[in-house]
Amino acid sequence: MAAVPSDRAGMPGAANASAERLERELTQVEREIADLKRITTARGVDLERQITALESRADALREAIAADPSPWQTVRLARHPDRPKVGDYIAGLMTDFIELHGDRTFRDDPALVTGLGFIDARPAAVVGHAKGRDTRENIARNFGMPNPEGYRKALRIMAVAEKLHAPVVTLIDTPGAYPGKEAEERGQSEAIARALLGMAGLRTPIVTVITGEGGSGGALAIGVGDAVLMLDKAVYSVISPEGCAAILWRDGTRGAEAARALRLTARDLAEWGIVDEIIPEPAGGAHSHPDLAVAAVAEGVRRHLAALASRPLDDLLAARYQKYRRIGRLQDVGAPQSGEGRMA
Amino acid sequence: MYNRRHLETTAAPGSEFRPVLNWIRSPKQGSSDVPAGLWTKCPRCATLIYRKELDRNLRVCSRCGYHHRLSATDRLAMVLDEGSFREHDEGLVPEDPLEFVDEQPYPTRVEEAQRRTGLPEAIVTGVGTIEGRRAVVGAMEFGFLGGSMGAVVGEKVARSAERAAELRCPLVVFAASGGARMQEGALSLLQMAKVSVALGRLGSLGVMFLSVLCDPTTGGVAASFAFQGDIIMAEPGALIGFAGRRVIEQTIRQKLPEGFQTAEFLMEHGLLDAIVPRQDLRPTLGRLLRLCGAPATASPPPLPADAQDSIA
Repeated sequence: MAAVPSDRAGMPGAANASAERLERELTQVEREIADLKRITTARGVDLERQITALESRADALREAIAADPSPWQTVRLARHPDRPKVGDYIAGLMTDFIELHGDRTFRDDPALVTGLGFIDARPAAVVGHAKGRDTRENIARNFGMPNPEGYRKALRIMAVAEKLHAPVVTLIDTPGAYPGKEAEERGQSEAIARALLGMAGLRTPIVTVITGEGGSGGALAIGVGDAVLMLDKAVYSVISPEGCAAILWRDGTRGAEAARALRLTARDLAEWGIVDEIIPEPAGGAHSHPDLAVAAVAEGVRRHLAALASRPLDDLLAARYQKYRRIGRLQDVGAPQSGEGRMA
Repeated sequence: MYNRRHLETTAAPGSEFRPVLNWIRSPKQGSSDVPAGLWTKCPRCATLIYRKELDRNLRVCSRCGYHHRLSATDRLAMVLDEGSFREHDEGLVPEDPLEFVDEQPYPTRVEEAQRRTGLPEAIVTGVGTIEGRRAVVGAMEFGFLGGSMGAVVGEKVARSAERAAELRCPLVVFAASGGARMQEGALSLLQMAKVSVALGRLGSLGVMFLSVLCDPTTGGVAASFAFQGDIIMAEPGALIGFAGRRVIEQTIRQKLPEGFQTAEFLMEHGLLDAIVPRQDLRPTLGRLLRLCGAPATASPPPLPADAQDSIA
């Protein structure tokens, strides 16, 4: 499926009451399904037909919600456990992939996968957050939350790519950089700051895709791309909605309100020039047809790599500079001495 | 000695120093439980200190050495040569792209912070000299929405880096911030990238960036320009880290040790070049600027006001 430019990717979002209504009905239907299943096991009654009917209703509701989700529903879709993972995207994008490990200093961070492979017969590097497919893998991969050594490994592989004149593809899907004791001891701030600086000046093209959760600095640390793409049910935010709610209202359960306030959807980010292109997801969301989602991402990455490859390196770096230099909304009201109103 | 000069001065030449004087005249720092603002209670050792005595000691507790937080203007007055500072970009103010409302609308919060601090935003930037060496200088104001970085802080840091590149003189930034400004959403997050491209270019031109971490430096500011310095120093006892203490304790389900995320902790873990007590800060910066080849100048930098436009 083809990606569309961000300015044609959808109607400007009116906060939708219908999505909330569908959500309530879905909760209700899910509860009924659970009740029927309990009855089936407890009393040995065959309710298979009723359960199947309700499940198809639930699927229809989920699809309807995914067609036009509220910000909070988008957050939940972005975190859906069955969304494609970094390994799926790499498989859909590259041949002869070889994973490269370790920061050469402390250890290998399994929360961040890095390596080399061919994209359309040309070498490329890939760096991506790795969430697990199940609880066991999630624990092993620290739920995709890197430690400092993860960012140091990422930067090391990017330097390898630069040496090879190979482009870098980064895939973002993380709740954030890991807020742990050892992470602080090993300089989480320094690692992220260094990664940002490294990407800012990297002399090779970078394409970034936000595929799921774009969790703050831990996401941006591998996100300083020349082209930034985003799946349309992914989110990208300065703070998690729950964290925001905990700070604002001292109530981490008010995530839905915070999600709306934070404007963290692909549409918002495209409007601000943070995201260059929104990649539409298959009906129902990326988790319902993972291979279609992977193919859409691979197509978008290939197209942007081809466009970036034709640009002289100095132009590329100048454009990267301008892209990030411009982000933000502010005005110049002039020095206080000069009186009022000199708007820029 | 410079501690005699700035903090007690009541007249400095040139209008560019007005914010400093405003700060000195306004008694905003008074602690609540002490009468008439003549005395300040040290938050660490609880000693009552005569305010003038504390100011004379650069707001360092003479009993326990606690470094009280400094406002941006007080910080600049303390380290810069008297009358050398020319402020830039003081007219930059934020917009409200998210139309963010929590208990108050974001613009109301900004106005309140401006009224309380007398500053337009959470950082003051400009050009000045330290012991006769020119530097582009920025000082953050923690009292302005927790020193949070939104579009304006990002822009002023980026412009400072560009100015330092143009003038070929070192950049010195005093960080004091809780992190990115939530009310500007992902736009504030991306300021980390904005300052990174500007500081990356500065570095590629071979111009030094001296970063001084003050209490506190955390979150998106720590994870961007504060730790992108060629030389990174901190004040004694400053809280420095990526994640907040409470978040870490909830994540790992254990109490963090005393002294975790202090400047001394970071020094021990090899993350800082030096911890510099406040009374040594000005001479240390002066020496580093000489070592970094900062241009010597006896007069204020010859940058005409309208040349600013060509830099932006």
